Amino acid sequence: MVMSEVNNVVSQEELNNVLVQLANILPPRIIDELKSKLSGMKITREQLANLVKILVDEYYKMLIDPGGAIGIVTAQSVGEPSTQMILRSFHFAGGLREFSMALGLPRMIELVDARRKPSVPMMTIYLDEEHRSDPNKAQEVAYKIQLTTIENVAKSVEVDYINSQIVIEIDEDELKQRGGLSMEDVRKVVERIKGKGAQVEIEGNVIRITLEEADIIKLRRIRDKVMQTRLAGIKNVKKTLVRYKDGEWIIETEGTNLEAVLTIDGVDYRRTISNDIHEVAEVLGIEAARTVIMRELKKVLDQQGLDTDIRHLMLISDVMTWTGRVRQVGRHGVVGEKESPLARAAFEVTVKNLVEASIKGELENFRGVVESVLAGKYIPIGTGIVQLLMEFE
Amino acid sequence: MVAQTEKVSVKEEEIPLKAIKAIKFSILSPDVIRSMSVMEITTSETYDEAGRPMVGGLMDRRLGVVEPGARCETCGNPPDKCPGHFGRIELARPVIHVEYAKYIHDLLRTTCRECGRILLTDEEIEKYSKRLARLRVRWKLLADRLIERIRKKAMERTVCPHCGAKQYKIRFERPYTFYEEKENGVLEKLDPMKIRERLEKIPDSDLELLGWDPKFARPEWAVLTVLPVPPPQVRPSIQLETGQRSEDDLTHKLVDIVRVNEKLRTAIDSGAPSSVVDQLWDLLQYHVATYFNNELPNLPPVKHRSGRPLKTLAQRLKGKEGRFRGSLSGKRVDFSSRTVISPDPNLSINEVGVPIDVAKILTVPMTVTEWNLELARQLVLNGPEVWPGANYVIYPDGRRVDLRYFRDRRELANKLAPGFVVERHLMNGDIVLFNRQPSLHRMSMMGHIVRVLPGRTFRLHLAVCPPYNADFDGGDEMNLHVPQNEEARAEAKTLMLVQNHIITPRYGGPIIGARQDYITGGYLLTRKDTFINRELLMYLLAAANYDGEIDEPAIMHPKELWTGKQVISMLLPKDLNWVQATAIKESCKDPYNCYTDEYIVVVNGYMATGVLDKKSIGAEQVDSLWHVIVKRYGNDYARRWVDSILRALLRFLDLRGFSMGIDSLEMPPDSYKELEKLYEESEKKVLDYIQRFREGKLEAEPGLTVEETLENDVTIELSRVREAAARVAERYINKDGEAYIMAKTGARGGSIVNITQMVAMIGQQTIRGGERFKRGFIGRTTAHFEPGDLGPIAKGFVRSNFKVGLSPLEFFFHAAGGRDGLVDTAVRTAQSGYMQRRLINALQDIYVAYDGTVRNASGSIIQTKYAEDGIDVSKSDHGRLNLDEIFRRAGISR
Repeated sequence: MVMSEVNNVVSQEELNNVLVQLANILPPRIIDELKSKLSGMKITREQLANLVKILVDEYYKMLIDPGGAIGIVTAQSVGEPSTQMILRSFHFAGGLREFSMALGLPRMIELVDARRKPSVPMMTIYLDEEHRSDPNKAQEVAYKIQLTTIENVAKSVEVDYINSQIVIEIDEDELKQRGGLSMEDVRKVVERIKGKGAQVEIEGNVIRITLEEADIIKLRRIRDKVMQTRLAGIKNVKKTLVRYKDGEWIIETEGTNLEAVLTIDGVDYRRTISNDIHEVAEVLGIEAARTVIMRELKKVLDQQGLDTDIRHLMLISDVMTWTGRVRQVGRHGVVGEKESPLARAAFEVTVKNLVEASIKGELENFRGVVESVLAGKYIPIGTGIVQLLMEFE
Repeated sequence: MVAQTEKVSVKEEEIPLKAIKAIKFSILSPDVIRSMSVMEITTSETYDEAGRPMVGGLMDRRLGVVEPGARCETCGNPPDKCPGHFGRIELARPVIHVEYAKYIHDLLRTTCRECGRILLTDEEIEKYSKRLARLRVRWKLLADRLIERIRKKAMERTVCPHCGAKQYKIRFERPYTFYEEKENGVLEKLDPMKIRERLEKIPDSDLELLGWDPKFARPEWAVLTVLPVPPPQVRPSIQLETGQRSEDDLTHKLVDIVRVNEKLRTAIDSGAPSSVVDQLWDLLQYHVATYFNNELPNLPPVKHRSGRPLKTLAQRLKGKEGRFRGSLSGKRVDFSSRTVISPDPNLSINEVGVPIDVAKILTVPMTVTEWNLELARQLVLNGPEVWPGANYVIYPDGRRVDLRYFRDRRELANKLAPGFVVERHLMNGDIVLFNRQPSLHRMSMMGHIVRVLPGRTFRLHLAVCPPYNADFDGGDEMNLHVPQNEEARAEAKTLMLVQNHIITPRYGGPIIGARQDYITGGYLLTRKDTFINRELLMYLLAAANYDGEIDEPAIMHPKELWTGKQVISMLLPKDLNWVQATAIKESCKDPYNCYTDEYIVVVNGYMATGVLDKKSIGAEQVDSLWHVIVKRYGNDYARRWVDSILRALLRFLDLRGFSMGIDSLEMPPDSYKELEKLYEESEKKVLDYIQRFREGKLEAEPGLTVEETLENDVTIELSRVREAAARVAERYINKDGEAYIMAKTGARGGSIVNITQMVAMIGQQTIRGGERFKRGFIGRTTAHFEPGDLGPIAKGFVRSNFKVGLSPLEFFFHAAGGRDGLVDTAVRTAQSGYMQRRLINALQDIYVAYDGTVRNASGSIIQTKYAEDGIDVSKSDHGRLNLDEIFRRAGISR
């Protein structure tokens, strides 16, 4: 009795063979889940055979039907919850002060619009093994990233119009706080102004810039220029925040400059990402942009407590990126680049589309949905995809 | 536009029907315009004194007829057969077609003013045309961008590489005037005649480089020498009650054009001074331009006598009410109905109650066969007034009889034979489509089975309110459509029926389910302290349509009593095993060792512990008891199950009684003292913050100003009090009170917050997404406060609750906050509506092909496998393949 049962147990090797075969049918995600479920489990051949049969059956039952109007379902699945979005105000109060994130409907519209710059550009910077476990080390990296200008460390700024002089007093505490900068760093930067018709003197923590000839407008310009001079950090990164998330320390920033951040030591360039679709498309490529669109959309929906399957967001990001460029959902992108002139005319800017179609001598083939509706034809989707008819006697 | 159909021969008998295969867009050449026109319009008069159309006028009978009884003088057909025929106006001088002005400008700038060649060297032409030919085959979008580059390049040239002529800058003044900027800034006007000459010189091959298709669109055709006149079918005149004729806007416009054209011609012929000719020419240009588009920049729109701007061609096509969006993409339909909706818990979820009055008007065509002959006779006999009857009978030869005006229905009924069609009234069991706007997702239009009922409203089951987002308090109305053929009915039955949409494709969970009273009923029935005597049990099981065995009572003596859970158990499928947390879950960790009903445990269809509530039978809840029943037992079973169980729950609640009064919000006096203390402490803290801020002792947080820091701290503190107040309320509130039951089970009123607001503290009122009130008077919100008051009350904190009522100031802030919310909602609906329209437009062509790939209308592959795994969300288990479930079914357990 005991012997037969032992003989009947599936060996690891057999199991692996079955899994390899299953991988031809089932998607990798399910195979992985199956593997982890089966590990360390003793099952008999009958059980395994039964399992495989049910599994494959169930998977086939779940497959999408040919002709499925998946585009419309997707648009509805994302559009419908967007009507329910609310600005949940008092949920934010309390806890750590965070950046004013653009979330909710405006952010969603921003994403499908594929706007050039997000209203709140942000980066999530992951750190390498050395820096991710220690908040102090993470903060060190953050100092290298956060943009520090003279303005950030100035205690007071005076413009002396009579002597054509700018007097800047540097706050040395602030300097130290921003990653241990010193007056020496300030000196190096400020002295670059020299030779442009201005003298620079540095005494202790006071900088005096004297213009050779009196010129009020120039004086002001120089003041603004000096104030914006970069001491440390990366251009565009206005703020950094070191946070503990999912067992490691990460840096979140306001303002993005992905290209520069990826080259900083201590940054895990594999996971670090920005929320600016176009920037990601440029720096990391279109596939990365696709993932960012998907994740950002998911983030907006999750934050509002709305449940929408990731598959819908995948389709939207694929439609926006499959040509290799990021395209807007709208007249300057996906809809505007449709093949059918009537479909474009039926959306927006009707007359212009018709006129241009005539110049180019475009041909309307009625292969899409709107065009077919306009012409009173069956739509080429869903049950309309079937072209085989049964012949009756 | 030229439709690529074969030439249609119009015979007396019938106009042959053709399907459009394709449409080629092009510019009409003068030759085409002349050859398709049946006459030239020579007079601006439309009718003579007798009211007959003028020969050679805009209403000439040769263009087609619209009045009944008349015959078209071109094709000889009556109005319903005559398609109308184009005429033409020969323009005395050419004018620019406004809509093409921009493209004419582009051509003038990119081609030589002398020789007409494109301003590129031969090498460049060679290079670009090769590249363009290559791109055109496969990469249309790239070709478009190359053309743009070519244009830019050609525009930069100032000397023609072909003939060496110097090029001048072309100035374009919207909408249709062109100037050439000669040396030292002298502007020389280019009249349409000159422009036309230049455009004529451009060779076909050069045009192709600039994106034109010269076979179908020679640029000189965009400068009109002859104008097509559409037939009256396009611009019908209407007869007013006074007997006066009112002409269409387009006719008015054409009259203007003909009149000015006549004047211009006589001016030219009589050798009038060029200034007069130019003036008339310009006027003609203006009228032709506004004939195409009456909303041109820098041009006053042509007005009707009443001051209303005329609707000309572009206005007819454009916008939401225009031809494309208003008449072609969406149409009004017959066989539909609309009325107010009201609830009916005794229907099935896939039924709809239709008023008899509606059922007597909506009809279904029923082909008479030998099997339904008797029925058909009876229906015809009943006629249009008696339900179920019929409104029309169609003879096999296509003749149609209106039963309202038919005398001898008995004779007609006897005449009925297979082959007749009876348009009978809507009857029980017919399938209809039921819809509520806004139709945001596919569940906004589902197939329902008709139940004809007395009354004047459409009745629907309460469980289908969530997908339609319907309720019954605002006088919601819904639409109903009756499919008219077998194919449509078959599709409706297999694809659209309500039970096939219980699981939403949005997240793969049930969107149909219990709400409000059903949930309260479920909770109260399954509570531990609910016992049911035999009489009530019979009541409930009868309501549920139960026909199985009765379980042994839980208590046998002195009286037979059953528990509520036993009732549910009897209705559950016998092989169901299920464990889940309930909405009232507090501290229990182990479902099998919880004695406070915090987990539902179902063993072989027996409900051992737990209560029914939103988490288990509610709509829009994933991984719930209800979800499992739908997934495991199928849509049809799920429909029947939910019908019966919901009826039982509601019957129970009806008999038990459930109404909320002020007493369910009772709290002991101690609790109010506690609340008072809480608020006072908190106020002290806030005032302390403000004090520190005034003294300049408050330190700014990084990235914030001091003011923002204060605002932040105060907001946090005040929301903390409200949360503390919520805890106090939860501690003291009567747990058996109706308010608490509804909040806790999820039947109504979101969460415990609403109860807190009723009994304890309403809390901070905010505007614009979480800000405290700050504007109004200078430095203060209203005149009741000192300027600069930053305290809680002065900035919209409401410390009262709804039970005791609000102070006038609190009331004001509460109302203001409420209004802000309403405005916000209104703004957002518009925004999200537009977003959804764009999403739909962008994605509607995308489908799954037979090979499993996801493609768009052009057949390009968007995804090689739908969403990487090919799983349809609406068939999935919350977006997943549930392996646990499969392991269980395969008989493998841990």
